[in-house]
Amino acid sequence: MSGTFVGMPAFPEAAREAVDNPILRGNLRHATHTIRAKRAVAVSELDDWAALREAGKQIKDHTLRHLDHYLVRLEESVTAAGGVVHWAVDADEANRIVVELVRATGESEVVKVKSMATQEIGLNEALEAAGVHAYETDLAELIVQLGKDRPSHILVPAIHRNRGEIRDIFAREMGEWGRPAPEGLTDTPAELAEAARLHLREKFLRAKVGVSGANFMVAETGTLMVVESEGNGRMCLTLPETLISVVGIEKIVPTWRDLEVFLQTLPRSSTAERMNPYTSMWTGTTDEDGPRTFHLVLIDNGRTDTLADEVGRQALRCIRCSACLNVCPVYERAGGHAYGSVYPGPIGAILSPQLRGTAGAVDASLPYASSLCGACYEVCPVAIDIPEVLVHLRERVVEGGPTTREGNRVVLKPAKGHAAERAAMRAARWVFSRPGALGAGQRLASRTRRFHPRSMPGPGRAWSASRDLPRLPAEPFRDWWRRTDGGKETEAK
Amino acid sequence: MSSRDVILGRVRRAIADVPRDDTPYEQAVERNYLLEHGTRDVAGTVDLLAENLADYRAIVHRTDDEELPHLIMRLLAGRGTRYVLVPPGLPPEWMSAADPTRVHDRAVSTPHELDRVESVVTGCALAIAETGTLVLDGSPDQGRRRITLIPDHHICVVRVPDQVVSSVPQALERLDPRRPLTWISGPSATSDIELDRVEGVHGPRTLEVVLVSGA
Ligand code: SF4
Repeated sequence: MSGTFVGMPAFPEAAREAVDNPILRGNLRHATHTIRAKRAVAVSELDDWAALREAGKQIKDHTLRHLDHYLVRLEESVTAAGGVVHWAVDADEANRIVVELVRATGESEVVKVKSMATQEIGLNEALEAAGVHAYETDLAELIVQLGKDRPSHILVPAIHRNRGEIRDIFAREMGEWGRPAPEGLTDTPAELAEAARLHLREKFLRAKVGVSGANFMVAETGTLMVVESEGNGRMCLTLPETLISVVGIEKIVPTWRDLEVFLQTLPRSSTAERMNPYTSMWTGTTDEDGPRTFHLVLIDNGRTDTLADEVGRQALRCIRCSACLNVCPVYERAGGHAYGSVYPGPIGAILSPQLRGTAGAVDASLPYASSLCGACYEVCPVAIDIPEVLVHLRERVVEGGPTTREGNRVVLKPAKGHAAERAAMRAARWVFSRPGALGAGQRLASRTRRFHPRSMPGPGRAWSASRDLPRLPAEPFRDWWRRTDGGKETEAK
Repeated sequence: MSSRDVILGRVRRAIADVPRDDTPYEQAVERNYLLEHGTRDVAGTVDLLAENLADYRAIVHRTDDEELPHLIMRLLAGRGTRYVLVPPGLPPEWMSAADPTRVHDRAVSTPHELDRVESVVTGCALAIAETGTLVLDGSPDQGRRRITLIPDHHICVVRVPDQVVSSVPQALERLDPRRPLTWISGPSATSDIELDRVEGVHGPRTLEVVLVSGA
């Protein structure tokens, strides 16, 4: 991954800062609780949810098991449809390829669709260094970019900002980048959205190069798909003459038909809608409609290393819906920035240390940024067992062992002088010393008892190797106390 | 070695522990999910489409072939539209009563020119009842993707019941992946500011759907 987050404090320090910020906590709580409740309703509309989830899991697992085959297949179909495929081993190579492609057009600005992959590789910074301005066009990404800030949520990246802050950012910064915010801009969401519409429209209408990611790529047909709400994606995908899509190699599905699963599970899991307002699908180039040149840049950047891990590879099933963030008691309090990577929350806690390795302090502490309550596994539409991977990565940090870095098998030593262990225990202590975080975690924990490991992860393993951990009670003490008013009310209530 | 070979080599080494499985893909995944949710008759499916479109803030109208031109005229007049975009293959009778100047999207038209147009009228490839979704595939009655994107007002005509399917699986079966596809569920919207839903950031802020049945 890029150096974007170099210098970030490890999770416990970053989290402490976030917890002390009441605005951030208020925004986060409101956001996660709202989406969480809506998601449950959207999911309950489909009585075959469990079957869809299982099919999604199987499709992704099958693809990963035959990833070499499907990558070659995808390359053939994209090429046959008029696209050009490029391969990038790491972030630097991907950035070099995109910079070259933009240079070849002679343009000095590009419009961008929100994309995790381009954030992961630090593309905007690389383009800027090459003299190319990259304009983020998703409203939340625009807020983040103008605020010289970092995204803190996969789906709603500016969730840590409230309307007053957004108004101030627009009023102060828009003029620097193009059309200024209207005089007397207020902080109503409608006015703020209108200011963004006007500011960005002049960029869309003159843009010659668009840069996107993709939610899915179909190996059979060479089709790419982007889901969005605002129409900025459609603008970037159809108005420019050149389109460059940067996509992780794990985003493949084998066949056109497979989309029927994810088009049902993704919108309901992420925005809690039956369907997101806009979905665009394109297969290479089309005569007289949309870009005349299409480049697909396939990136590895740690994904094949992740694929090599028998337990951790399931993280590559992730469809980036963000449902796991919204149910996580730790994310809710710590916020997205504390995770020190573009992938926050439970998925970030397992994906980042695998993509980047666990050598750094941030990555070594991430597997501990969880109470193992299991809520993330329950909501995940592709059934990634996040707690299982967390426990596995904790072992990796503390005990060392074989792993793959840049395609080579290496044996990690246990962290020297137990530095990692100390970092880890600090993170764990942080989680467990927060009464709020602990309370929420426990309630969920008792509901998800069957997912809990029977032995202690990490440092406690030696102790628990010969003992079973006590099972969690069905109801935490403090819930029982509250429900029965300390035993004064009847139990049956 | 090229990066392509490096990546493919790494993939093969990474999955070396996994026993090769040569089950044909059609059998490799259990698909015991539903191809349609609930049981409805044809009229019920059209009603569900109307309901879900409206739930996502599209304005839904119902009419028949004969009344369609007058309805389109009224909808355009109601918005004070002076210029209306029409795709090349739109049935001419749909617009036979409309007053606004018709603008055709030509390859040489710049996005700036199209930005001066207030409304666009198109057909669609199909509509999905369970999700309240319209799908456009660039056929002659729908035109290039940009024409339904730049104007602020989109009138989309759906022939019922022929163009209505119940579910996403049924839709994919009928669509051609080689065409550029745009799925539209309600007008453009954002919830990026404190999760308050605001209609219309970049796409059309008003979506009117006309369900037209043969007279
Ligand atoms: S891990 Fe699962 S729940 Fe979390 S973002 Fe990925 S797909 Fe969604």
